[in-house]
Amino acid sequence: MKGVLKPVKKGRGGVDIAHFKNTAETPVVRIPTPKLVTVAMQQNIGAPCTPTVAVGDAVLVGDKIGDSDKYVSAPIFSSVSGTVKEIKDIRLASGAVSKAVVIESDGRDAEADFTPPDVHDTESFIKAVRESGLVGLGGAGFPAHVKLNLPQNAKIDTLIINAAECEPFITVDYRECLEHGDDILEGVNAVAKYLNIKRVIIAVENNKPKAIRVLRDIADADNDSGDKVKIMILKSRYPQGAEKMIIQSATGRRIPPGKLPSDVGCVVMNVASIAFVGRYLKTGKPLVSRSMTVDGTAIKEPKNVRVPIGTSMDYIIDFCGGFNAEPEKIVCGGPMMGMALSGLNYPTLKGNNALLAFTKADKGALAVKKETDCIRCGKCHESCPMGLVPTNIVRFAKAKDAEKLKHAGTLVCMECGSCAYSCPAGKPLVQHMRLAKSIIREAQVK
Amino acid sequence: MSELQQKLTVSASPHFRSRQTTSGIMLDVIVALVPSLVASYIIFGVRTLVLSSVSVISCVAFEYFSRRIMKRHNTIGDLSAIVTGLLLAFNVPASMPVWTVIIGDFFAIVIAKQFFGGIGQNFVNPALIGRIVLMSSFPSKMGSFPEPLVSTVPITSATPLVLLKSGEMPAESLLGMFFGLRGGCLGEVCTAALLIGFVYLLVRRVISWHIPVTYMGTVAVIMLIAGKGDFEYVLYELMAGGLVLGAVFMATDYTTSPVSKRGKIIYAAGCGIITSLIRIFGNLPEGVSFSIIIMNILVPHIEHMATPKPFGTPKKSKEAEDK
Repeated sequence: MKGVLKPVKKGRGGVDIAHFKNTAETPVVRIPTPKLVTVAMQQNIGAPCTPTVAVGDAVLVGDKIGDSDKYVSAPIFSSVSGTVKEIKDIRLASGAVSKAVVIESDGRDAEADFTPPDVHDTESFIKAVRESGLVGLGGAGFPAHVKLNLPQNAKIDTLIINAAECEPFITVDYRECLEHGDDILEGVNAVAKYLNIKRVIIAVENNKPKAIRVLRDIADADNDSGDKVKIMILKSRYPQGAEKMIIQSATGRRIPPGKLPSDVGCVVMNVASIAFVGRYLKTGKPLVSRSMTVDGTAIKEPKNVRVPIGTSMDYIIDFCGGFNAEPEKIVCGGPMMGMALSGLNYPTLKGNNALLAFTKADKGALAVKKETDCIRCGKCHESCPMGLVPTNIVRFAKAKDAEKLKHAGTLVCMECGSCAYSCPAGKPLVQHMRLAKSIIREAQVK
Repeated sequence: MSELQQKLTVSASPHFRSRQTTSGIMLDVIVALVPSLVASYIIFGVRTLVLSSVSVISCVAFEYFSRRIMKRHNTIGDLSAIVTGLLLAFNVPASMPVWTVIIGDFFAIVIAKQFFGGIGQNFVNPALIGRIVLMSSFPSKMGSFPEPLVSTVPITSATPLVLLKSGEMPAESLLGMFFGLRGGCLGEVCTAALLIGFVYLLVRRVISWHIPVTYMGTVAVIMLIAGKGDFEYVLYELMAGGLVLGAVFMATDYTTSPVSKRGKIIYAAGCGIITSLIRIFGNLPEGVSFSIIIMNILVPHIEHMATPKPFGTPKKSKEAEDK
């Protein structure tokens, strides 16, 4: 088939998890604008922003309300029109404390004047991406302009668009493919043009035939003017969509420990991020809202929603009919890598792609196993896409042996959770891995 | 809100877990042993059930009381003591006196397993230690087997392995060997039943093919050379003694085998080589137990050699670092 690429190299490990893509055929609906948004100033990996507005200021949708002079940081824009009511410290779901701008909406959603950015070369393109406020929408929240600002000597030959969406439940990237195929195409063209990348590979899992059709059309449309865009269909298996895995599948290259995709000639972007780039270059409207999947056994009406940044989680749950039973666990993000919330009083961040709630009766997968002794069955190693031996790492961590931990590749761990998922002894292996990493970091500081 | 907060579970990711548990795995192993138990009952009669149940009960009791005395938490719920009990019973002749089996159970559970910290910590296979203790303590009782389907009185006539060693072909037909009509220990005689168990373990993903296939394959290759290309001889060697039982159920013990695929292959090949060497050159007719125990001891070294390097580790710099 024209434009379809077979994965070059099969990744090791991983786990087969039920997909639970219940909301796949649910179009994204815009949530009614909340009365109040709390826009945190820490929205990305890297430096937080400082508010550029003061209490009492009137703002429109898209007005800049936070910025930073640090390099690894992206500006933040108001997601509603109204008045800045308060600037205060809040606690984020991660437990971190961040400054936040609380804006009272006037309900009009009046937009600022957007003009498409003037983009003519790499430099102006990177600048435009920075001014769009884009951070990785796949969940990591890494400022896009930093990712796209490649080192001078880097030889980048491949742009990989990640539409794998391998985490269970989440369907927003899938919806992005179905609803905004043209934006994806424009984003792809822009990034390839201004970064001078000759080859584009769109990676998608084979459990999304409709998305594959759309993406193939994109590849075909583009191939009329050259043979640049290919689509790569991956067998659906968690964590195929992880950056390192997807680069390996697409190019056969492996990122060495501690290195970046650019070190192996690749740039990887989430499909929603690339679609946003396409939209932004057309309209000049910065990142003020994002799509989220709201699902799980405790949610009355599972939905895909478009949410203004800063909307409170409980408002989103209310919009989805509230809980149909008492939730036992609420997760922000996917069930494999997401974060369990201690409540609902948290604001939406740019990187949040899902809000899931599960009941206690969810005896299936959620039920926590009783922790028993490790029997060295090796299932953690078998499922580790990075080829680590988590059970050994646990042992070294108990002995606080930083040298052995480093040698065992602890820092390569991406915390995908495959090991803990498959452990028959119910060990919280990801937690152990985090502990192991902190032991190494401590030893390095000393 | 605060009410909700108190009720929510907050824990580290992942929030989903597979349903597989340790006791579930052990239960699968027990299920996989059932065909052999049934076959053994048909072949050796009620002695099979007596020895197996005594062995299982003793192992569970030893596990329970030894852990209690050592003030450790109770682990009989993980069912691993039942597996050990069954396997040890499978490793003795039907004519073995009951009290001797209890001694074997003691060494298996208390000495080999609990003294080293219990499940997951023992460095040699407990059931095999039990068997070796019995072999060295009661060599004549462990070395004479009742005739299948006939009586429970042990006869001292040569087993297929002994005949093979002296260069003769066994009297049993290959088909008879396959279905277990030969002298031997309780659980080792019926190859057919053991293979059913093997397939079950593979299907349930309790074990992978690496250890059993490499182990038996290595023995087959060596025996093919030793037998100068005689395939009949190779088939007799494969089905005689405890090779299938050892390769499928004993060498694959998680705790005492390597975790990586490469390690598993090295380990199993080692088992196969030692088994063949003992069978061809050794004084004993059978070498499965000793070969597995020896390779058990080497597992840490094999792991050190064979564990794959973390994702993306460049080959060169790693060597430099090791130096």
